[in-house]
Amino acid sequence: MGAVIATEGLGKRYLRTRAVGGYRTLRESLMEWAAAPVRWWRRGSLAAPSEDFWALQDVGVEVQAGEVVGVIGRNGAGKSTFLKILSRVTRPTTGRVVLEGRVGSLLEVGTGFHPELTGRENIFLNGAILGMSRQEIRRQFDEIVEFAECGPFLETPVKRYSSGMYVRLAFAVAAHLEPEILLVDEVLAVGDAAFQRKCLGKMGQVARAGRTVLLVSHNMAAVTRLCDRALWFDHGRLRESGPPGEIITKYLASTAEEGGEVWYSHANGNGGPGSEYVRLEAIRVRSDRGLVASTLDIRRPFHVEVQYRILRRTSNLRVGVRLSAHDGTVLLSTTDMDHEGELVREPGVFVSRCEVPGELLNCGLYYVTVGCDFPMVQTHFLVDHGLAFQIAPTGGAGGHISDGRSGLLRLQLPWAVEQVGA
Amino acid sequence: MAEYGTSVRTEIVPSRGWQGIDAHELWRFRELVYFMMWRDVKVRYKQTLLGAGWAVLQPALMMVVFTVFLGVMAKVPGANDPIFVYAGILPWTFFATAMANAGNSLITSERLITKIYFPRLAVPLGAVGAAVVDFLVASVLLVGMMLWRGVRPGMSLIMVPIVVVVIGLAAIGMGTLLAALTVAYRDFRYVIPFLTQFWLFATPTAYSALPVGASPWVQGLVMANPLSGLIAAFRAGLFGEHMPWGLLASATALVMVILAGGLLYFRHVEDSLADIV
Repeated sequence: MGAVIATEGLGKRYLRTRAVGGYRTLRESLMEWAAAPVRWWRRGSLAAPSEDFWALQDVGVEVQAGEVVGVIGRNGAGKSTFLKILSRVTRPTTGRVVLEGRVGSLLEVGTGFHPELTGRENIFLNGAILGMSRQEIRRQFDEIVEFAECGPFLETPVKRYSSGMYVRLAFAVAAHLEPEILLVDEVLAVGDAAFQRKCLGKMGQVARAGRTVLLVSHNMAAVTRLCDRALWFDHGRLRESGPPGEIITKYLASTAEEGGEVWYSHANGNGGPGSEYVRLEAIRVRSDRGLVASTLDIRRPFHVEVQYRILRRTSNLRVGVRLSAHDGTVLLSTTDMDHEGELVREPGVFVSRCEVPGELLNCGLYYVTVGCDFPMVQTHFLVDHGLAFQIAPTGGAGGHISDGRSGLLRLQLPWAVEQVGA
Repeated sequence: MAEYGTSVRTEIVPSRGWQGIDAHELWRFRELVYFMMWRDVKVRYKQTLLGAGWAVLQPALMMVVFTVFLGVMAKVPGANDPIFVYAGILPWTFFATAMANAGNSLITSERLITKIYFPRLAVPLGAVGAAVVDFLVASVLLVGMMLWRGVRPGMSLIMVPIVVVVIGLAAIGMGTLLAALTVAYRDFRYVIPFLTQFWLFATPTAYSALPVGASPWVQGLVMANPLSGLIAAFRAGLFGEHMPWGLLASATALVMVILAGGLLYFRHVEDSLADIV
């Protein structure tokens, strides 16, 4: 089979004024018109000056039928814009796309669901929005209900559904659309493990049936497991494409700083990611002797530090750290609420520090993701794979454990050897 | 399923300025228009205690207010007859709700528009469709009053559905125009209620089409308003009076211009909707 998705020279330009300021008001437009003669007098042009911003530039991709392709990249790299163009939500500024077959998109969970309507009603509504005919929905109805495991709640308004059930139903409808091309944007972030497995299974099934899946995800493990190929977007351009394992390793290596420390803002408290409450200043890793280090001794404990500036008095603030392995597999997540509970923080600079025990992580490259939020209310910042560090084998005393063992963990487990028979 | 087929080939290219409506595609998504309408109706009736009762209650209360204040107290000719007043308010309410709902529909469907592709026209069309349902429900009261009073319509009754269709087209034209304008300039959100009120005063809902003795200025305003001719024709069809053919024809012509303008502008903005909504 030939290419089902082919793009050439694809680009999308946003005007900065709109991208930042959102919609325009009539007053702005009227002022712009009124100012046009002046501009013409001064610069010989009637058009208002505007800053262009290319969200996507010169992207040429071919995807074959039956391929499962992962799209990775930092926030703002153009992944979502790419998917939006493929799903026809927005038009490209340059280039063209040729799609062979029906396109189904699962862009955000429950888009098109109405909270007041029942599960049954929403299946029909959402199906119609996704482009299914009523007959088709009726034919697939039982299967959708079964997949979503929402049988007993069919006549309940979906606003009373648990978030898990909501997601299941949304995915079920989209997955049963039977499109030739399925676009999936970051849905696997939600739902429990069992459901995620089910979704992955369904996507695999879709691919085996000769259909094509395009998956945007920050979940590197899912991309590695599911995809035949990864597309790496960087600053609006397609940087590289190839086997997922290889591309992900390169991508992660490019995003993280090494050197044991990364600064996001300067003394004035501006510039770092954050909100009106808190701004991230730095992430660093310290050895147990208190030195900032990018290479750590496998036997010794070390500290991961998040330094931030509180701009307004807060309570209930949570700062978290996630460690992941070189391929993006998340090893653990931990937050300062584990220890401190609720804490009032007055404006000023703070450090939340956690200690990672020695002889826990095996030798290799690890990434630190940090985040800060009011739980369930507001996320202040989330920096994916912001810092990288190495766990190195150590010689000298105790060197007997620094052999080439496999696995991500390196625990010293108690062993006993005894003879239990003749 | 044949209409979707497996060999659908789509080409996506940059938008090309002014274009006509893709009627073929809209036809393919006709069920979506139906579902949008069905959703609007269901949700409204589920969220409110009186449900469908509101569709009748709103014009009925307006009829009472108009009859009492305009008819009995201000002695406006014709306004003291509840049936006459209701026969004006009913089509007006249909037009006003359809226009306002359609005008706001794109913003309320913002999440949908920025996430999924479908012909965007389905959204305002669904909103107008929901107003049709309200209109049918509210008509029950009119039929009831006519039976009770023994008003027997003649052959001219066949004009009534035709007039209603033209009013619907007017609402689609104004609604799509306002919807697209509202997305581009949020100011229009505040313009819609004001426009509706202003338009109501310029429309002979409680008085007959050409108020006797009014200044030529007012007469011109009423004449330029397509709703004047349409409501006069609606009443004439209902009560078997002399059909104002001239007014109806000029109103219909004006509606066609509004419709074409609204749809064209909507189509022009449609491609960039997801970027600016």
